[in-house]
Amino acid sequence: MPMIQRKQVIPGDVVAKGNYRYGSYIEKRGEEYVALRVGLAEVGRDGIKLNPFTGPYLPRTDDEVIGKVVDINGFGWVVDINSCFDGFLPASFVFGRDFSPATHDLSSKFRVGDVLGARIEAYERSRDPQLSIRGEGYGKISSGEIVKISPTKVPRVIGRRGSMINLISERTGCDIRVGQNGVIVVDGSPDGIVKAVKAIRLVEEETHAPDLMAKVEAALGGSVVGGD
Amino acid sequence: MAGTKQLIDENGVRLDGRKWNELRPIKLQVGVMKNADGSAYIEWGKNKIMAAVYGPKEVHPKHQVLPDRALLRCRYHMAPFSVDERKNPAPSRREIEISKVIREALIPAVIVEDYPRTAIEVWVEVLQSDGGSRVAGITAASLALADAGINMRDLVVGCSCGLIGEQVVSDLDDTEDKEGNGDMPVAIMPNLGLVSLLQVDGVYTRENFQKAFELALEKGKQIYQMQREALTTRFFGGEAQSTEIEEAAE
Repeated sequence: MPMIQRKQVIPGDVVAKGNYRYGSYIEKRGEEYVALRVGLAEVGRDGIKLNPFTGPYLPRTDDEVIGKVVDINGFGWVVDINSCFDGFLPASFVFGRDFSPATHDLSSKFRVGDVLGARIEAYERSRDPQLSIRGEGYGKISSGEIVKISPTKVPRVIGRRGSMINLISERTGCDIRVGQNGVIVVDGSPDGIVKAVKAIRLVEEETHAPDLMAKVEAALGGSVVGGD
Repeated sequence: MAGTKQLIDENGVRLDGRKWNELRPIKLQVGVMKNADGSAYIEWGKNKIMAAVYGPKEVHPKHQVLPDRALLRCRYHMAPFSVDERKNPAPSRREIEISKVIREALIPAVIVEDYPRTAIEVWVEVLQSDGGSRVAGITAASLALADAGINMRDLVVGCSCGLIGEQVVSDLDDTEDKEGNGDMPVAIMPNLGLVSLLQVDGVYTRENFQKAFELALEKGKQIYQMQREALTTRFFGGEAQSTEIEEAAE
């Protein structure tokens, strides 16, 4: 069996020496691969990966995000996506190609304060990310509780192939939507929401506990809520 | 040099009982403020300093935006109660200069090119001051940046050295700074082996300069170990570990 070396690193630490493929948060200096973040580095056969433990959300194309409309201008909606850049949803993506500011009323579709599920359509460093709501499940989210967590912990909340999110969802009877930007919307019965939020907070606090799944399961209790 | 004799006695012991090459006690803590993106606290001798990092965030005013990199803003500030006589809270000439040198000491370590069109703010607040607060501030600020998850090439660690009479000493405290014959704050990036801050006042012979500079490097590396420990304690609950596991079958 091929082995993976796991290393806890801080900025400036040498992760490995030699010749590897490497991902984000790693810099190559001569023969050495240096970590740029606090996190867990994995050195495997197919390269070096660094999973950071902390950090801001930076948009990436095709990320699914949840954001709040903060402004409307003549051509679209400005959406706060929990990042240092505001997302922009062009009106032509919503009304179609024949959109004109004179005939279409943008606030009839989304108003300031509305919460949207959207996808990052395009992003490069010179311009703000462009959003799109094309596709199933995207668009206005009309009910639920918003929970914000650190974007670096999103993969843990989702779990391996969605195992964690499914567990929480099943046990609380809630619909849970996780945005890659660390915004989560939980919808269901009031009791279910309280339980689900508690479970999400537990994952956030004990992100790297080895028996996280068991801990969350214990916190949720055995019975399924909202089954009456 | 009337005052010089009292700063260091004939046995080479300083006022607070240290030898010429010893540091004051240092305590470092990371992640102390909930509302900051990253934060750190340092107690270095009688210094008590908080560092907080906010960002990357939008730049205001907009005309300061840099299209290809982040704007790193630093503010070093001394609380009115940080010294014996109340300090006017308005930024003094000295504080403005120290803000500038802290910025310039940190910026080679921060990969500002990864955050175009944004601002990263570093706030260094001195709650209680003793000598060497700028290097203590730099040490804490680089931890706060790492805590905020900003991409960094290395941590930055500072240490000051100086002269008492013709004797090179490490880590001057307030009295030694004021009564002594020279002060040399140095900040280094220990893994890169680069110096990012070097300030000197006083008159040094070539030998003394060399000796003081090398002492600052040596002490800086010593403080780096404490910095490391503070960061790994915060995130890994102890020393950084390395383990080997079998590759999971997908």
